[in-house]
Amino acid sequence: MAVVAAELAPPRSSRAADLRSFLLLAVLCLPALVPLAVVLSAVLTPEVEVWSHLLQYVLPEVIANTIVLVVGVSLGAAVLGTLLAWVTSACEFPGRRFFEWALLLPLAMPAYVLAFIAIGYLDYAGPLQSWLREVFGSSRWVPPIRSTGGVIAVLTLSLYPYVYLLARAAFLSQGRRAQEAARSLGMSAARAWWRVVLPMARPWIVAGAALVAMETLADFGAVSVFNYDTLTTTMYRAWFGMFSVNAALELAAVLLVFVLIVFAFERRARAGLRFATTRDLSQQAPRIRLRGARATLATCFAAVVFGLGFFFPVLQLVLWVVERAAMDLDARYFEFVMHSVVLATSAALIISAASLLVAYLERHHGTLMVKLLVRIATSGYAIPGTVLAIGIVVPIIGVNNTLQSWLSAWLGPSAPALLLQGTLITVLLAYFARFLAVGFNPVESGLNRITAAIDEAAVSLGAAGFQLVRRVHVPLLRTSLMTAAILVFVDVMKEMPITLIARPFGWDTLAVRVFEMTSEGEWERAALPALAIVLVGLIPAALLTPRGEHVA
Amino acid sequence: MPHRTLSPLARCGALLALGFLALTGCSRAPTELVVYSSRNEQLIKPMFDRYTQETGQAIRFVTDDAGPLIERLAAEGKNSPADILLTVDAGQLWQAAERGLLQPIESEIIKTNIPAHLRDPQSRWFGLSVRARTIVYSTERVDPQDLSGYEDLADERWRGRLCLRTSKSVYNQSLVAMMIAAHGEERTEEIVRGWVANLATEPFANDTRLMEAIVAGQCDVGIVNSYYFGRLVRDKPDLPIKLFWATLAGEGVHVNVSGAGVTAAAPRAEAARKFLEWLTEAEAQAMFAGANLEYPANPNVAPDPLVAAWGTFQPSPLNVAQAGELQAAAVRLMDRAGFR
Repeated sequence: MAVVAAELAPPRSSRAADLRSFLLLAVLCLPALVPLAVVLSAVLTPEVEVWSHLLQYVLPEVIANTIVLVVGVSLGAAVLGTLLAWVTSACEFPGRRFFEWALLLPLAMPAYVLAFIAIGYLDYAGPLQSWLREVFGSSRWVPPIRSTGGVIAVLTLSLYPYVYLLARAAFLSQGRRAQEAARSLGMSAARAWWRVVLPMARPWIVAGAALVAMETLADFGAVSVFNYDTLTTTMYRAWFGMFSVNAALELAAVLLVFVLIVFAFERRARAGLRFATTRDLSQQAPRIRLRGARATLATCFAAVVFGLGFFFPVLQLVLWVVERAAMDLDARYFEFVMHSVVLATSAALIISAASLLVAYLERHHGTLMVKLLVRIATSGYAIPGTVLAIGIVVPIIGVNNTLQSWLSAWLGPSAPALLLQGTLITVLLAYFARFLAVGFNPVESGLNRITAAIDEAAVSLGAAGFQLVRRVHVPLLRTSLMTAAILVFVDVMKEMPITLIARPFGWDTLAVRVFEMTSEGEWERAALPALAIVLVGLIPAALLTPRGEHVA
Repeated sequence: MPHRTLSPLARCGALLALGFLALTGCSRAPTELVVYSSRNEQLIKPMFDRYTQETGQAIRFVTDDAGPLIERLAAEGKNSPADILLTVDAGQLWQAAERGLLQPIESEIIKTNIPAHLRDPQSRWFGLSVRARTIVYSTERVDPQDLSGYEDLADERWRGRLCLRTSKSVYNQSLVAMMIAAHGEERTEEIVRGWVANLATEPFANDTRLMEAIVAGQCDVGIVNSYYFGRLVRDKPDLPIKLFWATLAGEGVHVNVSGAGVTAAAPRAEAARKFLEWLTEAEAQAMFAGANLEYPANPNVAPDPLVAAWGTFQPSPLNVAQAGELQAAAVRLMDRAGFR
């Protein structure tokens, strides 16, 4: 890192420095690039028979489904996340202090769990419709939960916190001040919000929505509970049903096209934004005090989202634990929790540190090649976990086999058996490939808002190189870095396929436990590990909020 | 000094690295059997523990879906630590054998204990428990006299009365594969189209939800694995649903197996064979099937009393290997027929 820091000082970098940082970046991002190379190389040996079938009978509908889902969920999450972030960060209403923190919590709830619970409650055989039939004789007029609308609603509820968290960072740092300034220039409150506050928060909102879009593209759990066919489910169908892992990888390459579209949107939405002033950030304008009907509306809005996205699902999990799963609770759970926490914490530290480094290299040596490389390296987030896991585990097995043959040639039959693929290093490398975007997006948006003027002022005061980073940027980026770390932590807690394939023997986590229960459809018994995932996920969320108020 | 600020991070990194090295360095005792299993932990671990208790043979295992496990096995090649692949579906075993990942095991014990139609004709894998997929019906709205085979559910009189699980379920894929084996593609596609036309609602993601829909009156008949029915009625014995032993091509109930094979590169093939033989014997068979309310693959072992209460059935005589052979064709057929 010191090497990099030395290069940060000159505002304009030389060509040699550009090249050096490109290489450094390439090495740093290697784990994220390998699985993508595997995916793309699959295209070289097309599965003609499978493809002609897919093109004729499957892909037209599936691609339309995927587009509808991604657009619906990203828009839904952007609107929900932004509105909630604004009312909790700029307004005062009954329960604001509680909701400010509580609205983050759905993040800890795995989407497939929410999907399973929603269908259990709202489907024809569920308690709601059964009650309606008892009272009114029919429930035909209730819209079916197992539908496009249903899956969009559930994914929106579980993914909006990405936008909420990022937009909040934006609004807390300058929202109220900007609103106040615009109003002092004679704008109406609504106009000031629309014309000044919202555009200033746009990099964050878009970065959050892009994460939501990618997570939606990669989702397998929730869509399969809904039996909603997307590119991801088609990959599994080609692989598990038609025994063609190659076709699955090729479908993943198609999915990368969607990722490029998401990136293009993200760029467009950010284009033309230059942040020229950042006044004393610690001074906040007072909150807007909502009264009467507006205050009630704000409280109800927050309460409904919190209730649907967190409170009721958790209540259901608790009921299941009491009813069915309590017998499963034994001393091993301490171990499951420890394993999950160790993995999630290491991944959070590694990935947020790497994100900072990547974001800096991009900021100071942002050649086209560098920008492209960063985009490619972060696109792993949109690839379904199982496919990505194969993309990284298979090459690592290749390395392992090569090392093994060297070792055997050297030591003969007494050579120890290597098993790189079953180590935590492999697990973490694969997490890195999968979750780099989750760490990078918040850090990059935060860095975007540190203007050239701040750098110049700092440099003129003698803070150069690593000092600039440590004394000026890191404090300014604290919220962004915390956000990155928390998002990665919670995502790793929920992650299943990579952990399954690459974990060392016996290294079971809470998510592995969920797999053991759900693989034979015993969802109620999975309530215990699912609840534990949620509870452990709350810890970092609790750490974040009290600080958020004071930091940019 | 800029370097000083790095030190907490560096220290942290060094600690982590040490931890990982410690974990990587853990070498296994060379006599330990290694199992890759897509049958879940709570169903297999008791078997491993019992075997270790009886014979002193230690067993390690890793669980995952069969797809990733097979890819891992293939990539590991001759360096694979695995001795046994255990799955919950014959199709996956067939595929692993097809890719040369399993070795034939000649064992008189296994041949005696496991019927031929539940074994790979080339002895590379065999079933350990039987999963029967059959018709479930509402006792309030269906007269069992009206039920016969899976094919009959395509008949018009079931219009708007049928519930099915998604075609993504491997159990439906193997059922349709077996129908192709019995009737050929053309006739099977007609039947599947008939099913789709008769659906009362979108296909379900699991068998339990499907049965709940029958209880709630959304539909009258469906197709499920018997152990899901078992789990449901174990908790609520008074539900107005029952199993009907359906026939495939008039011959018997469609069955799949949870089974195992010895890997091609198994470092401890002999010990693996011994363990698998033990699994086909009476005591282990009762435990293996009983844990999930399945049927023992060994016909001389009685199923769990709860399961036995549903009566006996004649299994379809088709070899379960065909489920694997025809699975890809079945998936394509279901796509064409619009069975989601």
